[in-house]
Amino acid sequence: MAHQAGVETGADDSGRVSLMNDPKARGFVFQALLIVAVAAMVWSGVTNAIDNLARAGIASGFGFFGERAGFDIGQTLIPYTNDSSYLRAFFVGLLNTMVVGVIGIFVATIIGFVVGLARLSKNYLVQKFATVYVEVLRNVPLLLQLLFWYKAVLSILPSPREAAQEAGVEIAFSINNRGLYLPRVVPENGASLIGYAIVAALLAWFFIGRWAKKRQIETGQQFPVFLTGLGLLIVLPVLAFLVTGMPLALEYASLQGFNMVGGWVIQPEFMALLLGLALYTASFIAEIVRAGILAVSRGQTEASYALGLRPNLTSRLVIVPQAMRVIIPPLTSQFLNLTKNSSLAVAIGYPDLVSIFGGTVLNQTGQAVEVISITMLVYLALSLLTSAFMNWFNSRVSLVER
Amino acid sequence: MNKKILSAVVGAAAVAGMGAAPASAATLDDVKAKGFVQCGVSTGLAGFSAPNDAGDWSGIDVDLCRGVAAAVFGDAQAVKFSPLSAKERFTALQSGEIDVLSRNTTWTMSRDTQLGLNFAGVNYYDGQGFMVREALGVSSALQLSGASVCVQTGTTTELNLTDYFKANDMTYNPVVFEKLEEVNAAYDANRCDVYTTDQSGLYSIRLGLSAPDDHMVLPEVISKEPLGPVVRQGDDQWFNIVKWVHNAMLNAEEMGISSENVDEMMNSTDPNVMRLLGKEGTFGEGIGLGNDWAFNVIKMVGNYGEVFERNVGDSTPLGIARGVNALWSKGGLQYAPPIR
Repeated sequence: MAHQAGVETGADDSGRVSLMNDPKARGFVFQALLIVAVAAMVWSGVTNAIDNLARAGIASGFGFFGERAGFDIGQTLIPYTNDSSYLRAFFVGLLNTMVVGVIGIFVATIIGFVVGLARLSKNYLVQKFATVYVEVLRNVPLLLQLLFWYKAVLSILPSPREAAQEAGVEIAFSINNRGLYLPRVVPENGASLIGYAIVAALLAWFFIGRWAKKRQIETGQQFPVFLTGLGLLIVLPVLAFLVTGMPLALEYASLQGFNMVGGWVIQPEFMALLLGLALYTASFIAEIVRAGILAVSRGQTEASYALGLRPNLTSRLVIVPQAMRVIIPPLTSQFLNLTKNSSLAVAIGYPDLVSIFGGTVLNQTGQAVEVISITMLVYLALSLLTSAFMNWFNSRVSLVER
Repeated sequence: MNKKILSAVVGAAAVAGMGAAPASAATLDDVKAKGFVQCGVSTGLAGFSAPNDAGDWSGIDVDLCRGVAAAVFGDAQAVKFSPLSAKERFTALQSGEIDVLSRNTTWTMSRDTQLGLNFAGVNYYDGQGFMVREALGVSSALQLSGASVCVQTGTTTELNLTDYFKANDMTYNPVVFEKLEEVNAAYDANRCDVYTTDQSGLYSIRLGLSAPDDHMVLPEVISKEPLGPVVRQGDDQWFNIVKWVHNAMLNAEEMGISSENVDEMMNSTDPNVMRLLGKEGTFGEGIGLGNDWAFNVIKMVGNYGEVFERNVGDSTPLGIARGVNALWSKGGLQYAPPIR
């Protein structure tokens, strides 16, 4: 009581109470002291690092970014040669990390949802299979899984020479220890119309959806939006393809010298990393999905049935929207984990950011402090971007409480 | 200035470690205080630095560290080894984790001048080569266009490879790993057609493959790879010790002093021999050691020729000829300044 009284006096008439006893002033002083202490620590650390680097005669600064890299990279999504700069090598690594992260998240989410739903299935076989999947993949370290896919599965495939039999013969599909070879689609004159057709179909789908929703609210009549949209997405590009005189050619791989040349190649390192990351993360996502659905009380389903909604509509309109708000936040963590775990690529020789930039570039330039800091900042930025997107998505799907 | 601040701000996390590193302290005093030499070696390259089945390290690079220990302590066993990947090695030396790096490391200008390190000599003159399967029917590196090439990251090898293929207008597909064992496994599993590293390394790695006789080393040598021990810059005394241990082993071979006859040689009246073995002058004291420093090195480790023969020479499975690593007086490149 006494303390409370003191606070009130201080608030009413601060002039009479000495600053020592004013909680606001005291709080301000301590916070200022903390800031000064933190700033002093950072400053002493920074000067210490500068001094030590200078005394040890180690080069520092970011000038190396403009220098010629002088090494080659196995998988590049943007044009890159050994004459490119270290900066470009950095972007090659960054893109390689991002591509495996994005595709991994996509695949893991699909597998995770399927397995999560399968665990709740009433079918004994399906349910047990899903349980075994989750328990096995969730409990084996990811690094071991990556090594398993890379060394035990992909590297014992036949060599291209054994797989191709004869040099020069075109092959539509080949999986060997140098990668997965598929035909590559080569656009010719007029192929851009097909692209426009796809865009047009997507736009039409979107507007039909809006129109159908509006009509349903006004009149109660339903319209098969999904089927119409899918139909458009198939029919329009095919029409464009035929109208423009089939301007797409297929390029096949064939054995020339040591390796298969041509076609569309997916390297075994990429496949192993993607398989490992997606299957491992999917086992966690499956559990999150299961938990989310179980979190919706049984009464909701019963109430929905009592209203006369069919099981399909019940899950789509009642259960999933409520489950989503439980699923999304932990799902975000799994997406972050997947992206960060992709740095294990270094163990199986996939040229990701850590391997190219934190490995080769670090060694060629010797500037460990700069390179490692940048690598850490990049992962931080990727994670923050993913979280920002997922938070936005979460706010979209979360229930509007009335 | 701006650049400097930026580099330091992002580097703040690395500060604690840097601050603790004895950047310019006297390494000799530290080594004497702890009682052993901490030596950075490879994770296992037969002939250069590899542990045997009893866990004892041996190889040319290992013997250099043993030589340093013999010179400092009179005990060639006073060494502890830190196996390092190509990527880790310079950081380990810069941070003071190891006292000397003796890990088949190529002496290049950028490494010598930009990393805060000094190369203390060349204990093996090497060059980069290629290894392929005999079944490929390749007889020259110039036929390798289009091949997949296995290579270890963080090495000069990676750059030489790029330069060679570029200069000869050939293409290749690099498959890059961080650890030597991973490169070996990938090549053995036929992930690549070609394995490239220093030629001595290729001979050593070939022995570890599942079928060594199916593989051959191509004749081309595409680069100069002078391999040698490395120390931190800024400690001239320690730099001198490592440099002169290597030179003493070379001079001993030149004078015909070996671990077997060094005791008799103590009676020699040849002033060159007397200076080397510490009977004349105070050369040992000049580098902060006892005058019997070279005697201990030769007695406990041997001269350069013995070390070479024992680790990589004809009597070993590697069977590497002396070639350019013979003494200068026998047509090779190994040449040590005189002790006087």
